[in-house]
Amino acid sequence: MRRGRVVAWRGAVAVAALAALMTSAVTDARQTTTSARGRPVVVGSKPFGESYLLAELFAQMLEARGVPVRRTFGLGGTEIVFPALRQGAIDVFPEYTGTGLLVILKAPPVSDPAVVFDTVSREFARQFDVRWLAPLGFENTYAMSIRTEMAERLGLRTLSDFATVSGEMRAGFTADFIGLPDGLPGLRAAYGLAPKTVSALAPAVKYQALVDGRVDIIDAYSTDGLLARYPLTVLADDRHFFPPYDAAAVVRGALARERPAAVAALSELSGRLDVTRMRALNARVEVNGEPVAVVARAALAELELVAGSAGPSAASSAASLADRPQTSLAAYLWQRRAAIGAMSVRHLWLAGVSLAAAMLVGVTGGVALSRTRWAEPVTRGVGLLQTVPGIALLAFMLPVLGIGTAPAVAALFLYSLYPIVRNTVTGVRGADGGVVDAAEALGMTSWQVLTWVRVPLAIPVIMAGIRTAAVINVGTATLAAFVGGGGLGDPIVAGLALADSRMVLSGAIPAALLAVLVDVSLAGVQHALTPGALRERLASGGSS
Amino acid sequence: MASLALDAADVSKRFGAVVALDGVSLEVAHGECVALVGESGSGKSTLLRSFNALTRIDDGTVRVDGQDVTSVDPVALRRAIGYVPQDGGLLPHWTVARNAALVPGLLGRADSAALASAALDSVGLPPAQFGGRWPHQLSGGQRQRVAFARALAAAPRIVLLDEPFGALDAITRGDIEDLFLALRRRTGMAALLVTHDLHEAFLVADRVAVMHAGRIAQVDTPGALAAAPATPYVAELLRRARVTTGAKA
Repeated sequence: MRRGRVVAWRGAVAVAALAALMTSAVTDARQTTTSARGRPVVVGSKPFGESYLLAELFAQMLEARGVPVRRTFGLGGTEIVFPALRQGAIDVFPEYTGTGLLVILKAPPVSDPAVVFDTVSREFARQFDVRWLAPLGFENTYAMSIRTEMAERLGLRTLSDFATVSGEMRAGFTADFIGLPDGLPGLRAAYGLAPKTVSALAPAVKYQALVDGRVDIIDAYSTDGLLARYPLTVLADDRHFFPPYDAAAVVRGALARERPAAVAALSELSGRLDVTRMRALNARVEVNGEPVAVVARAALAELELVAGSAGPSAASSAASLADRPQTSLAAYLWQRRAAIGAMSVRHLWLAGVSLAAAMLVGVTGGVALSRTRWAEPVTRGVGLLQTVPGIALLAFMLPVLGIGTAPAVAALFLYSLYPIVRNTVTGVRGADGGVVDAAEALGMTSWQVLTWVRVPLAIPVIMAGIRTAAVINVGTATLAAFVGGGGLGDPIVAGLALADSRMVLSGAIPAALLAVLVDVSLAGVQHALTPGALRERLASGGSS
Repeated sequence: MASLALDAADVSKRFGAVVALDGVSLEVAHGECVALVGESGSGKSTLLRSFNALTRIDDGTVRVDGQDVTSVDPVALRRAIGYVPQDGGLLPHWTVARNAALVPGLLGRADSAALASAALDSVGLPPAQFGGRWPHQLSGGQRQRVAFARALAAAPRIVLLDEPFGALDAITRGDIEDLFLALRRRTGMAALLVTHDLHEAFLVADRVAVMHAGRIAQVDTPGALAAAPATPYVAELLRRARVTTGAKA
């Protein structure tokens, strides 16, 4: 009897152990399929040149070590890219310690780089399960720049030096720098900097304004490619006013645990990129217009992180420099026709799916609402959506929909809804009173009045709303690029980030053509759908 | 006693603070045509629309063919009563033939196309020629003929007409009035007709009801009305219309 109990007890343990084993086996199998067999590591970037370049360096580094990669570049800024990382939609992106401290942690500025890095490392791990890899070796902070000729003539080396003569100087700063606490107001307080005049300059023109002598000091970034192009001197921040902005790879905690090989590959870049090298690499992209992938490959070769020599790509860079002005826009577009075609198809797909959903919901909703007292408040509410900026809408949906196709389609759906609902409500309500009255008086049910009279008579108005929505939609679909949704927004966002106007146009021109094409095709659909008699009546401009 | 075609007893209706009908009573016998005459806002259209339940009255009783309208399905009631509005009210996206076939179609009649053709014939629009046209391709008079065909295709015993000649020029108007008289002679339907034109009322109606400020001032045959106006308002109306005793009735 006692023995029997032991057997029973052992049996229970065995069953439990077997169950546990099976569970873990299943779990293992799942992990094997997702990680060991090589789910691609998703590399993200923000929509500006250096972020693209660093992300491409990460991607090529991973590929060189046999880790498959998927690129999701140009995500719409910190408010998109960081939630995307936390959510697991991307695995790694380049970030700056100062941004992590001030923007993400919303902590007060600290000047010691080591303290900032320790803070972001500790807090990101604790709050977000996100890891900062060791910094890449360069800082991209504000670089207050003056002409070297003037620096030498007046013996100016530091911001303190400049402050002594600043009353004679004209400043040209970007608009946000003029207002930010870690911008001009802070500089005034820290150095007593008080320029004679301060002009707001767009980033694209500030270098030229300085070189041409229209202003005497600008707020550059320390790794701007253009800093290396002109004879400029960066004034040292001798009082350590600007917070440190050390660049580093930021990775998901899960990636660090599950894919040590990937993290090891990324870590090989730590400490290898100094500010001089980074400035030169940025110049090749932003000034010479070389493709990011080519510059990244050359950089990894120069650093001897991957096989190959820098020679050929240096030559190719010279070639592309020489090529650039000679290649016409038409030739450039023709050369990229396959990619443009694929992006156009993707663009149309995004616009088409979201518009179809908006038509379904907007027309049925509008018809259902039109006969109720809710029509006006609900339509106004839908109209408010129109005023939400695209990035904000995408950021808002990110926790639920992540990045990629879903948030892009959802955002486009919401932006398409208003013109359709508004025109449907207006059209159905505005149907000729005499006709509706006669239909009722002769014994149509209210459903028959709606479907046989009000809706058919409203078709021209409803279709006008759909056409408006379609053109807005095709134009707005470029927004998808901010969440990795693809389409013609990709070259627009990347081109703007890389100061490559041909790349911008290779997205903008097809997008504009698509908008026209869609409007023309919908005009055909409208013609086909409009009841024959109404069509003739509208065409002739006659009345009943 | 046989039931009346239309019968309103002590009917009142308010639209907010405005009293549209103030204790109105009116009877229309089967086969009879009564014209409701009055100026805009006198309540004549409101009374007309109470018979096919387009207006829900506040007080009183409205009966159609002896039945209280509140006790019957309004949709079925409307399908049983012909209706001709001022501007025709044709569905602009339906052909003439389809417009004419509306009520038989709503009633689920298998022969609705044939009924529509017969009705178009009876208003002088050969279906072979006019059936496939769109309303906007017709003249005003032709559209009003289609409206009559549509109202009569299912052969109702009662028809309501709201200013049916109002939007027509004088010559066309005469043609359509003649058409209406001919149709009534042939079908023997009861008709209640709203008009602001006393001449027209005297021409087409058996009895004329003069409405003023939500009440019926007088109901009588044209001859009796012209001979003995009951109120100063009726007398003034007669004087202005220059209707003489013995106008054709």
